Amino acid sequence: MPKISIEDLRKIKEQQLNKMSVRAGHHRAKITVHMGTCGIAAGAREIMTLFRDIIGEKDIADIILTNSGCAGLCAKEPMITVELEGSAPVKYVLLDKTKAKRIFDEHVMEGKVVEDYALAIGSETMAT
Amino acid sequence: MCASPFYRMQLMMCAGTGCIASGSLDVRDALERELQKRNLQDEVQIIMTGCNGFCAMGPLVVVYPDGIFYNQVKPEHAPLIVEEHVLKGRVVQDLLFKEEATKTRVPLMKDIGFFGLQRLIVLRNRGLIDAESIDEYIARDGYAALAKCLQEMTPEQVIEEVKKAGLRGRGGGGFPTGLKWEECRRYDSFPKFTICNGDEGDPGAFMDRSVMEGDPHSVLEGMAISGYAIGANQGYIYVRAEYPLAIQRLEKAIHDAREYGVLGKNIFNSGFDFDIGIAPGAGAFVCGESTALMYSIEGKRGMPRIKPPRSAEAGLWNQPTNLNNVETFANLNPIILNGGDWFASIGTEGSKGTKVFALTGAINNVGLVEVPMGTSLKTLIFDIGGGIPKKRKFKAAQIGGPSGGCIPNGMEDVEIDYESLQGVGAMMGSGGVVVMDDMTCMVDTAKFFTNFSVDESCGKCTPCREGLKAMYDKLTDICEGRGQEGDVEFLIELGNHVNNTSHCGLGKSAANPVLSTIRYFRDEYDAHIRDKHCPALVCPELIDFEVMADKCKMCGACFKACPSNAIVWEKKKVAWIDREKCTKCRTCIQTCKFGAIR
Repeated sequence: MPKISIEDLRKIKEQQLNKMSVRAGHHRAKITVHMGTCGIAAGAREIMTLFRDIIGEKDIADIILTNSGCAGLCAKEPMITVELEGSAPVKYVLLDKTKAKRIFDEHVMEGKVVEDYALAIGSETMAT
Repeated sequence: MCASPFYRMQLMMCAGTGCIASGSLDVRDALERELQKRNLQDEVQIIMTGCNGFCAMGPLVVVYPDGIFYNQVKPEHAPLIVEEHVLKGRVVQDLLFKEEATKTRVPLMKDIGFFGLQRLIVLRNRGLIDAESIDEYIARDGYAALAKCLQEMTPEQVIEEVKKAGLRGRGGGGFPTGLKWEECRRYDSFPKFTICNGDEGDPGAFMDRSVMEGDPHSVLEGMAISGYAIGANQGYIYVRAEYPLAIQRLEKAIHDAREYGVLGKNIFNSGFDFDIGIAPGAGAFVCGESTALMYSIEGKRGMPRIKPPRSAEAGLWNQPTNLNNVETFANLNPIILNGGDWFASIGTEGSKGTKVFALTGAINNVGLVEVPMGTSLKTLIFDIGGGIPKKRKFKAAQIGGPSGGCIPNGMEDVEIDYESLQGVGAMMGSGGVVVMDDMTCMVDTAKFFTNFSVDESCGKCTPCREGLKAMYDKLTDICEGRGQEGDVEFLIELGNHVNNTSHCGLGKSAANPVLSTIRYFRDEYDAHIRDKHCPALVCPELIDFEVMADKCKMCGACFKACPSNAIVWEKKKVAWIDREKCTKCRTCIQTCKFGAIR
């Protein structure tokens, strides 16, 4: 390892923070891949892998990629939910890798909802 | 597969001594196996952190990004966590923390009372970084304070900032750190040294250990800053050999810091040289005393010497030396980065910042906590500590280990800061808090701590060497039924002599446990001496081992529990203890739910 300068200290901090962003608690966008048994059977793992590859390749730090259980609409799996900071979550249905890629480019990166694949905007009402 | 895998999930596992002892490494191996089985090893990362603080509930796994807190995880839970949570995104309910008071399960770490009420400065990185990664320390502003000192501040300004912060020594004495540095800087004799006192020896204390294990770089950085401030180029960490994990992580940290050049020659091109060595101690309590510690580093027998000259003038190898505690050093990075005023805004008038406490004894949430100075003992024990187990009553808390004193039930509103604790006859000490319930005998407790001090006395001065032994013998007499009228007065007189005439800090405070238990629990001493009875039913010689017929519910629990078959019992009949067979092991007393045995 070479000796580092104060400038290097900042660089290491930035690089490392990217890798630690999962623990930070704040993020610009959150993608939830629904991975119940139904979702996994319909190919949710492939979509998860696709997102991971894109995020890893582009080294994006402010996106949280996570999974959750069955969303209840098993017939329309694979499903994902995209939530940009400050706006309502959007659910997408009947996805494949091509569609998922488009959603990532247009919605996650540029903030435009891909209406062609969207099921609904907003989350379900919770019983209290 | 992409070049650098993007981990969508990180499992932070505690790898402090406590969790390792309860099996966290086995859990890690099991989780790794399960992840590999499902080909998830590139999606999910396992990170071993330093002590999380919640030692009672270990092994611990915190899952990010969700912040879900799993406790008491065993290797056989690994398939469940991976299958349910990692793969399907469903939280494993059974492994969530259960709040004792409400009996509800709490999924999120931040919602758990134990964590929610703490304020972390010293422990700022706990559970959040890999304990062995310098890069992760840097990501959390590590070494930025050292850089700031070297680039923008003169040594005098650094000292001024620490004085402004009002930081006081966290090892027990509470001497203002800034003043100590200022004095050491004044002496024009080189080389100078700065030493980190990691000789944590109080029974029930593990604050410094956790900091050295979990965030070793924060100690190194603090030491480098102090070196710059006083004009020292060499530091030593005195750490006891009983802390192998702390030594191992410190060694790794020093190695990595040298590789990066944040230790060594010409740090950040500033012309400042600083390096650190580890001096392992053999674990003598007296070596926590500054002058004894320095003799020990020099290879001599660890015994205190007469002051003055103070260490700041003539310390290690008779050169000007600064000595601070582990926790004091760990406070420096945030003080330099956020400013002394920020630090001084936390805490009370005379005690600034936070204090780390090790909660042990009869308390639900055994562990490591950090709270602002001025927090009440009540908050510490009941809100953060979760209260006393098994619905027993709080009796007293021993603060400051064998040098401290006890704070009894009824005084738990006392605020924890240097002055308030001294006012009630205890002391801050290094921060060990031993909580005692109503099954604890205070005479026995005083005897325990006195025995510790007798063992650890170096023997140099008579009051400590002989006085403590005489006190211990008297306490033993009282506990074994040979107590006489006047014994308590004898203990008070001798205790005051020991405290007033001993040579070093160990002896000067060694009688505190006896004096403070007499102050608050005189009636218990009297019961031992006059009634030959131990009210808490601890001292075997002073227990009758009789079943009280009016209280006995005839359940037979004692009969089943007795290991020496000394209890005679039949259904619907009061139990009876055969003294011939009884070995006074107290199993029946601990078993009886109705308090029917005296």
